[in-house]
Amino acid sequence: MITIQKYIRAQSLEEAYNLNQSRRNRIVGGMLWLKMGKGSVDTAIDLGDLHLDAIEETADSFSIGAMVSLRDLEKHPGLNAYTGHAVQKAVKDIVGVQFRNMATVGGSIWGRFGFSDVLTVFLAMDAWVELYKGGMMPLEEFAKMKADRDILVRLIVKKTPGRFTYTAMRNQRTDFPVIACAVSEMNGEYRAVIGARPARAMIIRDAEGILAAGVQEKSAAEFAKYVADHTPTGSNLRGSAAYRRHLVKVLTERSINELGGEQ
Amino acid sequence: MEQKEFKSVNKSVRKKDSMQLLTGKPVYTDDITPDNALVVKILRSPHANAMIEEINTAIAKKVPGVVEIFTWEDVPKNRFAIAGQTFPEPSPYDRLILDRHVRFSGDAVAIIAAENEKAALKAMKLIRVKYQVLEAVLDFHNAKDNPVLVHPEEDWYPPCPVGGDNKRNLVASETEVRGDVDAVMQDCDIVLERTYHTRAFNQAMMETFRTYTELDRYGRLRVVASTQIVFHTRRILSNALGIPKSKIRVEKPRIGGFGAKQSVVCEIYPAFVTLKTGRAAKLIYTREESQIAGSPRHEMEIKVRIGASKTGKIRVLDLYTLSNTGAYGEHGPTTVGLSGHKSIPLYTGSLEAHRFVYDVVYTNHQAAGAYRGYGATQGIFAVECIVNELAAKLDMDPTVLRDMNMVREGMIMPAYYDEPNNACALDKCMQHCRELFGWEEKYPVRDMGNGKVRASGVAMAMQGSGISNVDVGSATVKLSEDGTYNLLIGAADMGTGCDTILAQMVAECMDCDVDDVAVFGADTDASPYDSGSYASSTTYITGKAVEKACADLKKTICSIASEMLECSRDEVVFESDHVRCAATGKCVSLRDIAYKTQVGNTQPAEATATHSSPVSPPPYMVGMVEIELDKLTGQVTVLDYAAVVDCGIPINPALARIQTEGGIVQGIGHTLMENVTYDAHGRPMESSFLQYKLPTRLDMGKLRVEFEHSYEPTGPFGAKSIGEIVINTPAPAIAHAIYRATGVWHSELPITPEKIAMACPVE
Amino acid sequence: MEITIRLNGKNVTDHIDADLLLIDFVRKHGCFSVKRGCETSNCGLCTVLMDGKPVLSCSMLAARANGHEIHTLEGLQEEAADFITFIADQGADQCGFCNPGFVMNTIALLREKPDPTDDEIRAYLAGNLCRCTGYEGQLRGIRNYLNSRKG
Repeated sequence: MITIQKYIRAQSLEEAYNLNQSRRNRIVGGMLWLKMGKGSVDTAIDLGDLHLDAIEETADSFSIGAMVSLRDLEKHPGLNAYTGHAVQKAVKDIVGVQFRNMATVGGSIWGRFGFSDVLTVFLAMDAWVELYKGGMMPLEEFAKMKADRDILVRLIVKKTPGRFTYTAMRNQRTDFPVIACAVSEMNGEYRAVIGARPARAMIIRDAEGILAAGVQEKSAAEFAKYVADHTPTGSNLRGSAAYRRHLVKVLTERSINELGGEQ
Repeated sequence: MEQKEFKSVNKSVRKKDSMQLLTGKPVYTDDITPDNALVVKILRSPHANAMIEEINTAIAKKVPGVVEIFTWEDVPKNRFAIAGQTFPEPSPYDRLILDRHVRFSGDAVAIIAAENEKAALKAMKLIRVKYQVLEAVLDFHNAKDNPVLVHPEEDWYPPCPVGGDNKRNLVASETEVRGDVDAVMQDCDIVLERTYHTRAFNQAMMETFRTYTELDRYGRLRVVASTQIVFHTRRILSNALGIPKSKIRVEKPRIGGFGAKQSVVCEIYPAFVTLKTGRAAKLIYTREESQIAGSPRHEMEIKVRIGASKTGKIRVLDLYTLSNTGAYGEHGPTTVGLSGHKSIPLYTGSLEAHRFVYDVVYTNHQAAGAYRGYGATQGIFAVECIVNELAAKLDMDPTVLRDMNMVREGMIMPAYYDEPNNACALDKCMQHCRELFGWEEKYPVRDMGNGKVRASGVAMAMQGSGISNVDVGSATVKLSEDGTYNLLIGAADMGTGCDTILAQMVAECMDCDVDDVAVFGADTDASPYDSGSYASSTTYITGKAVEKACADLKKTICSIASEMLECSRDEVVFESDHVRCAATGKCVSLRDIAYKTQVGNTQPAEATATHSSPVSPPPYMVGMVEIELDKLTGQVTVLDYAAVVDCGIPINPALARIQTEGGIVQGIGHTLMENVTYDAHGRPMESSFLQYKLPTRLDMGKLRVEFEHSYEPTGPFGAKSIGEIVINTPAPAIAHAIYRATGVWHSELPITPEKIAMACPVE
Repeated sequence: MEITIRLNGKNVTDHIDADLLLIDFVRKHGCFSVKRGCETSNCGLCTVLMDGKPVLSCSMLAARANGHEIHTLEGLQEEAADFITFIADQGADQCGFCNPGFVMNTIALLREKPDPTDDEIRAYLAGNLCRCTGYEGQLRGIRNYLNSRKG
């Protein structure tokens, strides 16, 4: 486990930001993945006192504080109504209730982990991150960046009219996914988000308008193939690149058909 | 079938320790031993095969709080085995406490003792080791006669002749033939030959390996260990440390194990620290250490040939097992035997000939050990798979094929040491399971749409009950002043409930309440000798010792009572809470007899009996599974698992049922998701629960377990064993169901979704 | 640093290292029911309730629990007593090492959903591994308890 010299509950984002400028200090989210590291940390910075543990819903968006737990996401009626329970489907198989009570949205998104169900599902939405210094930024852009010393304050999900699905293939029910797949349609724009490739989740848009005439059996299959062709996959203990490529196609096709079926 | 009405056995009595366990009381090694003991940590080799050229502990020893660091230079030079087996052990003496030659990634390099964990871990990082990295033997197929030797040392010593040769990387080998295998094979209408591969699955008991040691008030080494084998542990420590057995006491508190703790995996390290420093020491293995330096199942590759007539008569079986014992030979020569001896006899009903050949080889993998099933699991996977494939080739219902060929009560079993099959309800298990499961409806493959199909599979299994002519069980039963009893045993309850079922037997014999029997176990100072709890021996072997001890105690009680009643010894009758003189009708209460034993008495109010058996009666089982398989993703969902078990008379049906359910889910894990792999350098990949995935309660479907009774005349109250057999049916049954769903036979475990999807003929 | 945790209803103040984990804190203060089964937040053996919510004490800094309320099984004996006899009647305690974490999370489940379905029970307890029982006996025990409450 990592060693920690000092623990501070920051009393302001400014304090947290200043502390976080040292490479030897770390902001702790749920601390679940961080704990397994082998390094040493001078100061662990806890954002627990900064009231970032609420999901605020307005007429046109959800504002999700960095310290909101995955369990809160899972149980939030508004978020699940908007996403057709895609958010719940994305997090419900992550280890267990206890784990999800601790793991935070901020930790999951900031970590930009390849295996992340959370990053995958939100990339399917009109989602933005609010960084303390960097301000608002599309999640898609943030997901491609390397970690810097800024602080993720909130995740903002705009209520752009849309439909969402989430599905993942797991070798064991609470394991990391072998492939995670979120598919959405917002204002007529289809996108597939593929996570656990095993690299970081990425968005594949329907750039060639395969689904422009709507979802039919044929166009769904064609789009799935298109997504598979445009998603680099790799191998690890959970699956080979070839199997992942196969899964991308299968899950995308099923998800698109599921979306189509909702029309 | 003989079956008496019982009062205390064959009853679902609550486990004696249930409420302590469920309320979270401190009853395990780490809970009941002091925290101020030295923390012991082990520095482990990153290399699969290396010689330690230099090891420098000077800087590490300067870390505040570090008390001692030991290396290969500090330990005794006599080799020993850590397998918990009866002396002389079949396992080779191939270990030192610390060896200059490290033989797997995870092998012990140095023992660190410190005042606290932080200091020990800091010191671990500061030990400087220069390794001469050697080529490693990582593929067990070419281990035998490989120029690279895992154990080149001259002092390698096999206490028993088991066909091993360390200069050939060979731990054991044997050939057993009955009948003219080749002639029968040639005469068969159909012959199949297939090769099956099973992995070195980890027991993954929730309580990892752990030991506490101290010098007791007499200056003896007191060992509190999470072990199934207190007496073997005492002997092994005595041999390894070079101190007399009278200087060692080994106790076990509550533990969990599944066979992992039938090897002395970690006890030696804190024991050595305590002897050297005079201080109490404690070693708690991390999950990673338990995964990479424990005592998992032997990886095996089994080549089977089966010959049959076109009408479905199985005439001949021919097995070759290659077993990978890893870097050390614990349990290597013995586990392999079960792969044939507990699979081939299932078809005694029709077999005309069989051959069983094996080699057990060293590699630079983690050393294997004992795991529930102990080789039978691997062999049954192979034989049951090929029988299912034979049924498919013959276009026969696989349960009907088994009806035609299975072993039945009264047969002599040539592939099982010519033992008679005294008690066997396997035929009834099959019929019962077909009905319970709904075989007629569920066997046909059903297309559920969207790439999903439902299909079913079947397998049979057997095991033994103790090791014939070897295992020794003992029990001491004592009478207390108020007419209650104490039962002292050396067998080890590891959650299985043996403390309770043995108490049920005392209650049955002494005609008292189970609550009136206190159980103590296990402690080498206080318990009568017992080989320990392994090889499915405790109910069958120790249980019989309990029965004998009770009979002896009854005699003593009657003898004392006859003096009190002033009548002759053969006139008195023991009747639960009193003894009656048949001639006079006078009675004396058990309580008064007990008090009498403490006044001017010369007959001990206790009895110790010991038992061993010339036979090892097999329990039998049938398992049937229904799965839903997604042909596109390869995902298998277990929907329903029905099992019917013949364990003779179950002493405690509730506990027998839980044993069965637990074994089935472990088997499901091995079949579908638990994997054991190494990288190109021989480093283990599944070293944590992040990577080694145990089934959760969402992964196992619905389990239904029922029993068919037989009555084993040599067992206590007709009982056979239950603990191990229950793990043997899932792999072949699920592999069968996967074939039914996909048309593909998978012969290597685990059968992951990827293997299924990528082998599916449809896209 | 100095922290105060309300542990099973009593304030416990102690000087701790910043990286002390909650599991080690509560064990140091006599709560031996809390067990460590892995280092990777996978097994659920170390489950405690923090402000009423089940969390993994092996993955929580003790410092983070400063000022919070922690319950271990030592503090919830009566609440547990309601249903654990039903588990014992199934023989589903087995080696027992996972029992405290399982009991704690079952308490959390029953507080949140007093009358759960079998599927809800499985889902809520999915993070509590057990290698002995195969889970079915635990489920039967909970089911029998729930049925007994309905009379």
